[in-house]
Amino acid sequence: MSERSNLRLIVLGILIFSLFATLVSRLFYLQVMEGDEYRAAAENNSVREVVEPAVRGLILDQAGRPLVSNRTSIVVTINRQELNQQDEKGDVIIKRLAKILGTSPESISERLLPCGTEGAPKPPICWNGSTYQAVPVASDVDPQTALTIMEKRSEFAGVTAKLTAVREYSGPFDVNAAHILGYLGPVTEEQITEQGQSDAYDRLRRTDTIGRSGLENFYDTQLRGKPSVTTLEVDTSGQVTGTVDQKPAVSGDYLVSTIDAKLQSVVEKQLVAAVQRAQGQGYPGDSGAAVVVDVRNGQVLAMASYPTYDPGIWVGGVSQKQYRSLVKSDSLSSNATQGLFAPGSTYKVVSTAAAGKEGYSLYADYQCPRQVKLGTQIFRNYESSAYGRISLTRAIEVSCNTVFYGLADRMWEAAGGNDATRDSADPIADTASMFGFGSPTGIDLPGESAGKVSGRAFKVQNWEAKRDTWCENAITGYPETRKTDPKLADYYTALDKENCADGFRWREGDALNAAIGQGDTTVTPLQMAMAYAAIANGGTVYEPKLVKAIMGADGTVVERMAPTVKSQLDLPKSTISFLQNSLPGVTTDGSGEAPFIGFPLNQIPVASKTGSAQVTGDKVSTSWFASYAPANKPRYAIVMMVAQGGTGSKTSGPSVRKIYEALFGIEGTTVNPNKSVLIGGAPSKALPVIRPDGTPVTPKGKMSGVVTAAGSN
Amino acid sequence: MAKFYASTRADDSLVGAGSRGGSRGHGYWRDLDWVLLISGLALTILGSLLVWSASRADLASPTDPQSYLKRHLINVLVAIALGYLASRLNYRWLRAYTPIIYGASFFLLLLPFVPGIGVTVAGARAWIDLPGGLTLQPSEFMKIAVILMMAALLSERKDIETEPSGRDFLMALAAAALPIAVILIQNDTGTVLILGTVAISVIAVAGVRSRWLVALIGGAIFTILLAIQLGLLKEYQVARLTSFISPDQDTGASAYSANQARIAIGGGGWFGTGLFEGPQTQGKFVPVNESDFIFTVSGEEFGFLGSVLLILLLGVLLWRAAMIAWKADDKYGRLVATGVLAWLAFQTFENIGMTLGIMPITGIPLPLVSAGGTSLMAVWIAIGLLQTVRLHEVRAEI
Repeated sequence: MSERSNLRLIVLGILIFSLFATLVSRLFYLQVMEGDEYRAAAENNSVREVVEPAVRGLILDQAGRPLVSNRTSIVVTINRQELNQQDEKGDVIIKRLAKILGTSPESISERLLPCGTEGAPKPPICWNGSTYQAVPVASDVDPQTALTIMEKRSEFAGVTAKLTAVREYSGPFDVNAAHILGYLGPVTEEQITEQGQSDAYDRLRRTDTIGRSGLENFYDTQLRGKPSVTTLEVDTSGQVTGTVDQKPAVSGDYLVSTIDAKLQSVVEKQLVAAVQRAQGQGYPGDSGAAVVVDVRNGQVLAMASYPTYDPGIWVGGVSQKQYRSLVKSDSLSSNATQGLFAPGSTYKVVSTAAAGKEGYSLYADYQCPRQVKLGTQIFRNYESSAYGRISLTRAIEVSCNTVFYGLADRMWEAAGGNDATRDSADPIADTASMFGFGSPTGIDLPGESAGKVSGRAFKVQNWEAKRDTWCENAITGYPETRKTDPKLADYYTALDKENCADGFRWREGDALNAAIGQGDTTVTPLQMAMAYAAIANGGTVYEPKLVKAIMGADGTVVERMAPTVKSQLDLPKSTISFLQNSLPGVTTDGSGEAPFIGFPLNQIPVASKTGSAQVTGDKVSTSWFASYAPANKPRYAIVMMVAQGGTGSKTSGPSVRKIYEALFGIEGTTVNPNKSVLIGGAPSKALPVIRPDGTPVTPKGKMSGVVTAAGSN
Repeated sequence: MAKFYASTRADDSLVGAGSRGGSRGHGYWRDLDWVLLISGLALTILGSLLVWSASRADLASPTDPQSYLKRHLINVLVAIALGYLASRLNYRWLRAYTPIIYGASFFLLLLPFVPGIGVTVAGARAWIDLPGGLTLQPSEFMKIAVILMMAALLSERKDIETEPSGRDFLMALAAAALPIAVILIQNDTGTVLILGTVAISVIAVAGVRSRWLVALIGGAIFTILLAIQLGLLKEYQVARLTSFISPDQDTGASAYSANQARIAIGGGGWFGTGLFEGPQTQGKFVPVNESDFIFTVSGEEFGFLGSVLLILLLGVLLWRAAMIAWKADDKYGRLVATGVLAWLAFQTFENIGMTLGIMPITGIPLPLVSAGGTSLMAVWIAIGLLQTVRLHEVRAEI
């Protein structure tokens, strides 16, 4: 054979050998190196999951009454994929559906638009879920309509009506508690992304409904339980060839709230009454909040926010119109935990504590002039009253601003006055932080506000953030304003010039304002309640809690929440006892006296402090009433406020009194714990009993809170 | 030649199945390449197991999960019988009848164009209908015919040291080009690629001038590029050829096959899931896994070790083919063996390569392993031809 032929045969052989070597190494790479990845892909490929959500846990009040339960509702859903395949993308079908549902075609089609697409409304109206998921467009549809939809499949292609478990928010005693309970919504794409790659069977799925606010959100994982998941083996055509795995559903856990439904209902009504009182005086009284906490452990017994909304509105989705009115009414956020308000005179306990801590005598007498002058600025007393030389206790009772100006001025001078540096002492701000102001309370609700403590540090921070704007304005000199009002422009320019150069400085005027809770300090009503609770219990700032236990649907106790201490007031014992001894005087002889006339203060002494905080602009002052009782053996702290509501004493005070009467069972001047809204006169120490079938044992008769006497269910 | 033939007959009738003790001599069974035969049989058995596993789910009749396997086994028996007959062929006779074999094969190749007879499978009009629900893929036989024809043409010069003349070269080229053109029209891209590779290999080993060889390879590459450029290849053909480069981006049918195939193979790991236990295989996620994608069944159910064994068996078979080509005492034998070697080697590489995502997806079977009667028969005939060449060379050694 020729050399050439031999050589070429060898080359061919080598070529073939290398091709085979390539195959083997590629095979090794796929099967051994990357095998795990492909095995996982194979598993996903050939199995289908049938997911049935677990029954969501109930939310009970402290006595076992359901605040949130479940019911079934006929929900109409639309499969967008199927709808899009119809003529004109299903317009005819939407019109037909709107007609039998008695709504407009637009209100249906707007819900089908995925959030973020052009022309889509804002969440939660737009569709936030997956493309392949059917979109709910109506709930509580009457059975006849549902039947029509299901019978005329050709006329309603892509539309389904089915029985679905939904949340029932009609609690006992007509409680609303919307901001505590929250609501459910479809899981969002972000939450799915956030979860990452998970193959746990109880992972979030696109079809899931989850808590979007309130306790429903905070305890979502516990309430949701675990779905029943049947993993079926299927072939390419979707034929089931076997069952791979079956995970039974685990019912969601029950929340035992610290809220008492009956007390909550009283507090809600009294908050509305306070708002009406404000409006009766001609004030806007546009928002308010009320909080009742147990001072010994931080449990929130009732918490209300005004304005509020009907939490049931979210069931089955909210329409654009409904949502717009919700947003417009400002009712979605909780004023108790998210609203920020100037604390006004209720903040004087902080200034007093700071003075005590700094070693100023709390038992000396102080001058209470009508006003103090600071350069061109005049700092006045409320209604410019003057009391002459008075004790600090008396200054608290009558809420004399000028006494606290004096104390603040001395502390400011001691810290270095105008020569102070950024790091100089700031006793009032430090004490405020100790009381929990300026930081979230840690309540078991999402989206809590931290508030701001005005002080040296805040000033610097604020200056650093706004310096550039101030300096720029100082240079440009407000040309727009100047055209119409040169004087105002001059004023603004001068102000910004000063701020630009000097805005970081903690000035005397700032210190004076801070001492009486004016200026930049803002707090939430809940923070205020926890601060007064800390005074009441001798110095412990608790984290407020809305849930005292998590129980299984079978009645077992999953977790009991122990009280959590947020901070201890680092104050001399004498300072705390001074406050404890002074505050009852406010109710007996001071600014809080009026609403408590006729109240059996000899049996239930009430410690309180009023506040009428001035807010920049021409708004009416914020009405505050912060208190705790019994002052000699503190148990409950109550804080109520109404923004633009007038004085604390006139607007909020009477409502706080009513709440104490309900709590202690006071009728006239007699105290009868058996008449208390709390069964047995106090929050229940024991946890509610849940029957094996999952129904809670609720109080009987009138205390059940259910109008139809079905208390024995 | 006649003498050798006569002696073969004589030995055959004398020896039968046994060997002739320790004494030196020749006989059909004794001189057979047993390694080649056994590796071929082992691959056929392994293939039958894989076909069984792949066909149980949906190809078999609902009452008898073995019905497809039974049909396959009949094909196997027919194929081995044909291979035996091929190994018994008279060398000279074979050469003399090559033009007739070629002509008959080419006639069969045209039959798929006849309406009522031709069948289109997966876009390729390359099958003909036979009575009794059987189908035949004439291009498989055409491969053999092309190899035989080219070998005959390129070994015209008796002197094996002489290189083929330009006329022989062009004739051989035409013998390959004609069926390639027909198969191209039938849209059977895979077979075109295999035939092209076979033709180049045979021409190369025939010892044609290097210039011609370079021109031939260059021309082939140029033709492919030109075809793509001018849009002569249909879009789906290009898609098929290129989807393997980035299968994750493409969501078309061929990319689906490629992904599913790799999931099946990747899922097998070291030891595989065991026969009948592969979820990808049993769920029929990989299309045509009884035939073109049979290697995915091996990958998933026999794992890396089993699949390497399969590749090794194919390697042993090809090694024997190469040795037969190497030792062939005449050019005709060498070229026949070379043609078979190139055919089986590239078809194996293309078939396994496409399931591993390193080659484009084309519709060609894995030799001896895939279901499909025509392919099985053609390959066993090829093995028979290798044995014929081997027997010829052994006897020439005397």
